[in-house]
Amino acid sequence: MAGMVAKRVGMFALVLAALCAFWEGFKWFGETTGFALGSFEVNDRTLPHIHDIIGQLFEPSRTNGPLLIEVLWDAALFTAKEAAVGFALGASIGFALGVVLAHSRLLQRGLLPYIVASQTVPILAIAPMVVVWMGGRGFPDWFSVSVISAYLTFFPVTINTLRGLTSADPRALELMNSYAAGKWAILWKVRVPSALPYLFAAFKIAATASVVGAIIGELPASIQDGLGGAILNFNQYYATTPTSLWATNLIAALLGITFFLIVVVVERIVVHRAPEHVA
Amino acid sequence: MTSTVVEPIPRGTLGRRVGRELTDWAPAAAVFVLGIALWEGLVRGLNIQEFLLPPPSEILQTLWTERDTLWSAGWFTFQEAFGGWLIGCSVAMLTALVLARWRTLSTALMPFAIAANAIPIIAFAPITNNWFGALNQSSKMVIAAVLCYFPVLVNTLRGLTSVRPQQIELMRSYAAGEVEIFRRVRIPNALPYIFTGLKVATVLAMIGAIVGDWFGGSLDALGVEIQRQAGVFAFTEAWAAIVVASVLGIAFYAAVAIVERLTMGWHPSSRTE
Amino acid sequence: MSVVSLQRVSKKFGVGGVRALQAIDLEIGEREFVSLIGPSGCGKSTLLRIVGDLIQPSTGKVVVNGKTPHQARLDRDYGIVFQDAVLFDWRTVAKNISLPLEMVGWDRAKRTERVNELLELVELVGFEGHHPWQLSGGMQQRVSIARALSFNPPLLLMDEPFGALDEMTRERLNLELLRIWEASGSTVVFVTHSIAEAVFLSTRVVVMSARPGRIVGIVDVDLAQPRTADTREEERFADLIREVRHLLRRDGGPDVEEPTPTGEQDFIAAEEALD
Repeated sequence: MAGMVAKRVGMFALVLAALCAFWEGFKWFGETTGFALGSFEVNDRTLPHIHDIIGQLFEPSRTNGPLLIEVLWDAALFTAKEAAVGFALGASIGFALGVVLAHSRLLQRGLLPYIVASQTVPILAIAPMVVVWMGGRGFPDWFSVSVISAYLTFFPVTINTLRGLTSADPRALELMNSYAAGKWAILWKVRVPSALPYLFAAFKIAATASVVGAIIGELPASIQDGLGGAILNFNQYYATTPTSLWATNLIAALLGITFFLIVVVVERIVVHRAPEHVA
Repeated sequence: MTSTVVEPIPRGTLGRRVGRELTDWAPAAAVFVLGIALWEGLVRGLNIQEFLLPPPSEILQTLWTERDTLWSAGWFTFQEAFGGWLIGCSVAMLTALVLARWRTLSTALMPFAIAANAIPIIAFAPITNNWFGALNQSSKMVIAAVLCYFPVLVNTLRGLTSVRPQQIELMRSYAAGEVEIFRRVRIPNALPYIFTGLKVATVLAMIGAIVGDWFGGSLDALGVEIQRQAGVFAFTEAWAAIVVASVLGIAFYAAVAIVERLTMGWHPSSRTE
Repeated sequence: MSVVSLQRVSKKFGVGGVRALQAIDLEIGEREFVSLIGPSGCGKSTLLRIVGDLIQPSTGKVVVNGKTPHQARLDRDYGIVFQDAVLFDWRTVAKNISLPLEMVGWDRAKRTERVNELLELVELVGFEGHHPWQLSGGMQQRVSIARALSFNPPLLLMDEPFGALDEMTRERLNLELLRIWEASGSTVVFVTHSIAEAVFLSTRVVVMSARPGRIVGIVDVDLAQPRTADTREEERFADLIREVRHLLRRDGGPDVEEPTPTGEQDFIAAEEALD
């Protein structure tokens, strides 16, 4: 078992090194041959060295200021809080909605098209309205961001909850009916357990979506403390210090991955799934 | 000898099928009518923050009066979305073919693909703006393309590999090589999965194009238009632009869904229940 | 001339793993109909696949149609039918049948002609344009058999083809299979779980033991040809069934249920993974 883990870690490190080599290799190739795609040129500004990006983390974020990595760490925590609240909110609403829809075909036919369509409404567009409205009601700004995050989260959870609950084995349902089990019992003893794989698939998507929602939501709310604000901030300094923006994006990427990994770990603990049969 | 003739499952007369489609959509249509009526009534009756949520009648009116700007903005943004979708989906499908053929590659790269999928891609919009210039459509196209890439890759790969072992055994009994197996089994089997991926990608491409504008974009773009109108509290105009974005997104999705129906009449999902 | 020759064939899966087959010796001649019967996990499906070069034997010599199994597969000397019809959903019945012909490179006119011949043979005329899901299980299997016969192979390998069907359809298809066997002149190796089916169809029944699979005995079926529905009523039929059942019981037959940790399909899947 330990051998397998070591092998996987080794493989991971190898591919990571290969990707870094590919990056640096492309950079070298682009700079020496003057490779360009329209207005895109390869140089230190458009594609900084990886070691420069990581090195920037340990530089002060501004003259005599704290290190970049400290600033980004605080920003990441701030955004993480918004995303976590948004995830919890969106997942609960999504689950509840899915349960309701699973029990009524009429409601399904009536509401599903709009639930799907809701995702085509670009959240960014309604975000300013959400912020103003919630601010007027006395909610703190970061909560409005959580609401926006929840908006992106509830959709995959709803769809997958619906699919999962309705995918229960009909024979298991017949068995429960032969015990004269009530709808509530059937829900929790049969439908939800069989829906777990679908739920976790949705949670994985939702984890990323909640982080995206949080970062994007900070923009119309003009929040400085989070990663969204940091991105806007360092975007302004891109001409002089491009590596700062890249470093910020790196941290944002790590935040997204962390949320995702948390869901994966929880899934491993909760669900024991049969492997898929593939050829 | 009497042969064991069993009547194949009927598909129903045309009239019956159309009737069934209509009854399927009736509840949704009812909700739409109810929803709009409620919206209009509540906003006017209770004078609810009209500046935040204008009544539908006013939005409709603005859609008409501003139709020229909205149409050109919509088209501009749709080009970004469509271009990104095209690029992202093609590269993804090619990658999936390579990964399905050489499995060791796919097991090695899978953790990275999964990790990459968890990255907030939209945060890279400022960087692509710096690459191509904020006003250039290419910067948003790249974002849209990257957003499309992973869902299509995952779905296509799944479709190519979820072939039953017996189908492979059958092909081997015909001394079929890898290329033949791909051509005759894996790719046709993957079509439903590919279309699922393509449909999801249409939504993502639109979002990428519009949200990408928020970090800086041309005045001709829909996302910028929405942001601009919201910025001067012209919410009716902003909502009108949002409606256009929504409708474009739905139309894009529907177009792919129609192509799917046409090419895959054989699939279970298009059979009668 | 023997069509299939197995000498001291054995199969072990994985390193220090499961021994599926042990010292199999068997000769099958032209136009024979040979059934392989035995308890679950006795390796009969594995043996079938060894003949078809879909699994490699661990030891022993296999000759198919005078060649190595590998060459026989490349020369397409056999057609295979599985328990599952394994039809392609996206092809019509006609296109499913013509699949191997497309791969061998027959032109369209020749293919259409052959497909029509086969549709007559399996009595599915009129269903060319249908899709697999529109057919019953029995009809799907007939398409599968037609496909296996399309390029007129000298050998037909069948792995419990009627296992998923009900008794009445099964009996009907048994008669049809015998008619087709007669008309095509091919040699058949047939894996089954049903003693009655094995006796009814075969010229010889090979009885295998529980894992590791060995040949316990071979019963010569001397019932008159061609077999009919009345053949099942004969006393000789019941006698032969009794003989087969005794052989099965003697060496761990159906009365001695050996719980298999994994089914044969997993052997095959594991083998595929090792490729």
